[in-house]
Amino acid sequence: MATKAIVGEKVGMTQIFDEENRVVPVTVVKVAPVRVVQVKTPEREGYSALQVTYGVRRAGALTKPEAGHFTRAGVDPGSRLVELRVDDTTGYSVGQEIDATVLTKGEKVDVTAISKGKGFAGGMKRHNFKGQGGAHGNHKKHRAPGSIGACATPARVFKGTRMAGHMGHERVTTLNLEVVEADAERQIVLVKGAVPGPRGSLVVLREAVKGGVR
Amino acid sequence: MNPTDLVDHAYLRDDIPPFRPGDTLKVHVRVVEGTRERIQVFQGAVIRRQGSGARETFSVRKVSFGVGVERTFPVHSPIISKIEMVTEGDVRRAKLYYLRDRVGKAAKIKERRAAR
Repeated sequence: MATKAIVGEKVGMTQIFDEENRVVPVTVVKVAPVRVVQVKTPEREGYSALQVTYGVRRAGALTKPEAGHFTRAGVDPGSRLVELRVDDTTGYSVGQEIDATVLTKGEKVDVTAISKGKGFAGGMKRHNFKGQGGAHGNHKKHRAPGSIGACATPARVFKGTRMAGHMGHERVTTLNLEVVEADAERQIVLVKGAVPGPRGSLVVLREAVKGGVR
Repeated sequence: MNPTDLVDHAYLRDDIPPFRPGDTLKVHVRVVEGTRERIQVFQGAVIRRQGSGARETFSVRKVSFGVGVERTFPVHSPIISKIEMVTEGDVRRAKLYYLRDRVGKAAKIKERRAAR
């Protein structure tokens, strides 16, 4: 698991030029300072995590349980609560502020978000099926999946057989994206490449957990 | 305003002259050879300009030793040291792809006389 993580909002993609004047595609993530509301420990909750909030929410928009939760932590209510799983919560305390300075340029991060929903999608789009021929007498079966199993044995379709269905709007993590810039002052983190989800959606950036030399 | 303008802003150049398709430009390109850097001039007609903000690009076409050569540059790229306007062209389209099928006098672009 990661030792550090932060939450942000996807702003959109653009491109910048690096030192060697090459074009670098980047995703802009707005990372406002987050406030720790609760520190979860293996002793108490059974796992270690940080519960954080960011932004502001007016008092009237809070439910009483939420208001109590924030009051107990002594933290100003934020727009939402997000849990960040970390290896070790020592060094973190309730009320602490975390901002984009936890990430440094050149570092690799994993980015988690809810992907764009594609609705009910066919096999070609959803599972990269090849589809069928466009001609040679094919009639209304150009994008059909083809056979989904045998006949009298087993006389059923196996569970997990890839078919058409709902695609997207699921939690997706893209691994090992490079941090191109992390600017706490402008509350901006630039990540090289694409990040899951639509613009304006919540993204969680955490230190890369796989690949490369740690 | 685009949401990413805050980032783009820092990379936009303000020293690029206004030019449009049909214009003939001298694009001074920084070329790095090993450790040495020199300037190479690419002169030709602008046949397209597309995109916006930091992502805007333009393509310049020239005929070199009878072979058509097209090069696409990002408008705000730091590899462009300078853009010199040679002539302003008088054309009726935004994309001058038809020049690819023409040679000699037919590929000539009329010069714009009146002020913009």
